Amino acid sequence: MNALRPYLATFSARFQLMLQYRAAALAGFATQCWWGGIKVMIYAAFFGAAGAAAHAPISLSQTITYTWLAQGFLSLNPWTGDPDVAAKVRTGAVGYDRLRPVDAYGWWYVNAAAWMTARAAPRSAMMFALTGIIFPIVGLGAWAWAPPAGVAAALLFSLSMILVVLLSSAIVMLINICVAATLTDRGVNNLVAPVAILLTGNLIPLPLFPDWARTALFIQPFAGVVDIPFRIYFGQLTGTMALAGVGLQVFWILVLGGLGRLWLGRVMDRLQVQGG
Amino acid sequence: MNPLHLLTRYFRASLSAQAQYPGTTVLMTVGAFAVNFIEIFGIAALFSRFGQVRGWSFGEVALFYGLVSISFGISDFLSRGFDVLGTEFIRTGNFDRVLLRPRSLALQLIGYDFRLRTMGRVLQGLLIVAIATQTLHFHWTLAAVGLAAWTVAGGVALFFGLLVLQGTLSFWTVEGLEVANVLTYGGVQAAQFPLSLYAPWFRGFLTFVVPLACVAYFPVVALLGRHDPLGAPDWFLPLSPIFGVIFLAVSFWAWGFGVRRYTSTGS
Repeated sequence: MNALRPYLATFSARFQLMLQYRAAALAGFATQCWWGGIKVMIYAAFFGAAGAAAHAPISLSQTITYTWLAQGFLSLNPWTGDPDVAAKVRTGAVGYDRLRPVDAYGWWYVNAAAWMTARAAPRSAMMFALTGIIFPIVGLGAWAWAPPAGVAAALLFSLSMILVVLLSSAIVMLINICVAATLTDRGVNNLVAPVAILLTGNLIPLPLFPDWARTALFIQPFAGVVDIPFRIYFGQLTGTMALAGVGLQVFWILVLGGLGRLWLGRVMDRLQVQGG
Repeated sequence: MNPLHLLTRYFRASLSAQAQYPGTTVLMTVGAFAVNFIEIFGIAALFSRFGQVRGWSFGEVALFYGLVSISFGISDFLSRGFDVLGTEFIRTGNFDRVLLRPRSLALQLIGYDFRLRTMGRVLQGLLIVAIATQTLHFHWTLAAVGLAAWTVAGGVALFFGLLVLQGTLSFWTVEGLEVANVLTYGGVQAAQFPLSLYAPWFRGFLTFVVPLACVAYFPVVALLGRHDPLGAPDWFLPLSPIFGVIFLAVSFWAWGFGVRRYTSTGS
């Protein structure tokens, strides 16, 4: 247990620090409401076309729930590296991190996890309060964040969301390492963001992409960040498929985490420290 | 030195600053292109699954999206000084120096930074318009090109006006206001689909409060040679981008009010 203490300490310190940015949380929430609102109206228009709904693998109300979940948990998406790591690399403070008697990968990893969860917690709570509780009360039930499909779905969703944090942190770590190796966060952040937006299901829910792409979209690592847990939530992914989804999340956490550890070791061996 | 000459000077200074970091500039431009271009995959996927949306086809929606992207890209290129007014000028006290120079404020703020990466978005918009042209077999007559240019001009004015308003607000808030991004980036998001898909209250907002529909939906309906399913008269459609220009004028009026109320942070 003692071996874990420094990691838990840095997690809780970073978590509490990120929670202080209340104005940013409110601004983020407003933006996500606007985006979600537009998306929901667009989906309703597409689904509204006569008979078209029959061709879609998920229903309109599932698509709406998917959209609010995606907006609420947007901060859990691995779009960019951890800005703290980028700042450390830029100023040379990465040298201090090398002197800490902790595992370099684990240290940055828990920081990335804290950075994402602390931003997601208030935003998702506000989003649920608005679209999950207030919407049904004021008679906008058709546009609401619906409750989970059942107890089993809710439990599996909770497990899957924990895996989301672990998987997303592993992807953020790969970006961080790229930042450490190239000494700037600009290049990699610009290239990863579009790929992540497209492949997580944030642009449109992955099941709405053409059917021929379904398997490929399911097994790629980004699906485990948005698509798999949300489809478990509203019961479109059940039984063996749901377990396969969770299994894929675990698989990608191990693969990307292992890859990151190896790569970080190599980068740290020949790390350039800037500054002076 | 006349204003135009000064602006060219500013432009050249920005350009040579960015030329010092060619790799970064190119990557940022490619990133701006890619992150906006992927939207079209989402739109295309929805159309391939559902066929059409309330009578609108993929090509038509692509034309809405492409033109509004071009407008926003150009406006973003010109308005950086207003965008960072709170953080770079007011909080630091640098705005005092801007006020002391015997040149117009708008000119100096426009000249503050011409970011080449915004061209990524313009290129993306042009490519989407090309895709729309291809899909619709659209014939670009001289009148159509003129109307498209007028639409883009109105759009640039509107987005520029939004940034001027954001800058004006920072006279009071001192810090930058992220919420304004809802209307700029979010405005592009809203304007890329036909107005008729939205709920009535949202249509009203996009027409009468922030007239995004007047620089995207209405003129593009005219460009497509259609009648507005919402019932706007035909003669109004090609004239509507004027409201972008009016919005800009109102924004500058508010700006003037803000400047008169400005008190230095004293740092």
